[in-house]
Amino acid sequence: MRSGLALLAWIGVGVALIALPHGLSFSQQEILVFLTINVLLVASYRMLTLTGEWSLGHVVIMGVGAYASALYSKHFGVFVPAAMLLGAMTAALIAMGLSYPLFRMKGFYFLIGSFAAGEIIRLLWKRFREPFGGVKGITGIPPVPDVNLGIWDFVFFDPISYYYFVLAVVSFCLWLMWRIERSPVGLTFHAVHWQDKLAEAAGVNARAYRTLAFVIASGFAGLAGALQAHYIGAVNPTSFDIEQMVFVLTWAIVGGTATFYGPILGCIVLTVLNEIVLRGLGFEQTRPLIYGLLLILSVLFLPKGLESLVGRVLPRRATSRTRAIIGAEEKA
Amino acid sequence: MTIPLLEVDRLTMRFGGLTAVDGLSFAVGHGMIHGLIGPNGAGKTTTFNLISGFYRPSSGEIRLRGEKLSGLRMHEVARRGVVRTFQHSTLFAELSVLENALIGTHIRFRPNIFAAIAGWDAEDRRGARARAEEALDFFGLLTLADVRAGDLAHGHQRALGMAVALAADPDVILLDEPFTGMNPEETGRMMTLMRKLRDSGVTILLVEHDMQAIMGLCDRITCMSFGKLLAEGDPGEIRGNPAVIEAYLGGSRDVA
Repeated sequence: MRSGLALLAWIGVGVALIALPHGLSFSQQEILVFLTINVLLVASYRMLTLTGEWSLGHVVIMGVGAYASALYSKHFGVFVPAAMLLGAMTAALIAMGLSYPLFRMKGFYFLIGSFAAGEIIRLLWKRFREPFGGVKGITGIPPVPDVNLGIWDFVFFDPISYYYFVLAVVSFCLWLMWRIERSPVGLTFHAVHWQDKLAEAAGVNARAYRTLAFVIASGFAGLAGALQAHYIGAVNPTSFDIEQMVFVLTWAIVGGTATFYGPILGCIVLTVLNEIVLRGLGFEQTRPLIYGLLLILSVLFLPKGLESLVGRVLPRRATSRTRAIIGAEEKA
Repeated sequence: MTIPLLEVDRLTMRFGGLTAVDGLSFAVGHGMIHGLIGPNGAGKTTTFNLISGFYRPSSGEIRLRGEKLSGLRMHEVARRGVVRTFQHSTLFAELSVLENALIGTHIRFRPNIFAAIAGWDAEDRRGARARAEEALDFFGLLTLADVRAGDLAHGHQRALGMAVALAADPDVILLDEPFTGMNPEETGRMMTLMRKLRDSGVTILLVEHDMQAIMGLCDRITCMSFGKLLAEGDPGEIRGNPAVIEAYLGGSRDVA
């Protein structure tokens, strides 16, 4: 009965998400595409924070995926969806390399170390005109080739088509991350976060698990970057600077990171607020000011994030995570 | 001659100019409750941290069944069968009691991310759960399985620390001051659990201050002072040893 209701709810959400762009203006449709990509970015960021480390290099890692995918498709003629996957893998590989120096540090040191590592990558993009295009970056990135699936003619220049493509990819990625978190691997991430020494005493290779979370999160961030690059058709170092990183951080903080949906909620609410409500109300010049004020207010009055509001509305299922980890839900 | 289960051989640990452990040797036999005692600053906890892989020794060796343990990292030591607990109530406070015990099963049921995504690990998840519940049941914690570990009473938290270690199926459990902060009743209950643990075939090495508990519980005792071995023997021998009495009381008075 309960699972039947849940299925109906998911179908409802799916239909709403598919119908959503048709009620929006063109510019709002574009915002919707970026919002969907950012949901993937912020969800992947949470995967990283599961082991307790907060990085300031996540957006640059996203950029690694974007640059890599752009280069593979533009210079080597790789089929665009394949280039996207390769871009994600490149981001994961770079993250793996970075993990060796970075995971010698923890806490604030890791935070600053990740920022420095990200800036080094950004400087490399700026410095080397070949192949990264220097300050101007790479332009003329090939788009996703159009396809006709019979039910819908996908012309990916059109935001609605691209939104459907991104929605499918992002949904699948979120499902993967959800499966990982609700598994013994996810439990081990939590263990490394709360008491890494105790976890090690139980035989957990804490550093390997930190690296694993970092690599997986970077792979998904890289994919988000690739999705963005092939839509805009251009990448440059400025689009992955610390300002973008601050946006990701605020989505995660305002949404809350205790639950899977917290950061996603933060991303959606803040984007809608900033791009649609404030813009619609005509606060063009003072938008950053009001946005900042809202942030301060939310941190003051909702210190546990937007997710704590959801927790108050929905009945608590305290042990649902445990049941997932031990496989009890498979039977249901 | 049979090889003892756990051997500490001329173990030395220097922190800068300070020699915390100085050429310490002793052996822990299979199926024993072995106590490591000594006055404050004798180097007990350092020895403990050396055995569990928390520190690397400056020189000397630690062997399990003749195989070298020293130099390995903590999770590698644990995988070879030597699992430690921590002082105070070091637990995964935000996780449930059952989840704490599930982390303990990590060595035997190593998670695999691809199997986890595809759902091929149902058997492992059931196995891990059964093992975790067994360990909780051993310490009488099964009814509290869904409680957040941080909300447990102090005595239960200490028991859970041992349950996490037991879930890993160790050959040797290292207990770091298991009776700290316990009232006599809790201490008595904990001692019963430790004997039960030993009788199930787990060897226990414990560091402790509480002399009464040590004397009543241990099969064998190693006493340290200033990083060196002072005396070794059964509780009766240690109690009557003049060197031990002097180290503790600073004079040759009788212990009441």
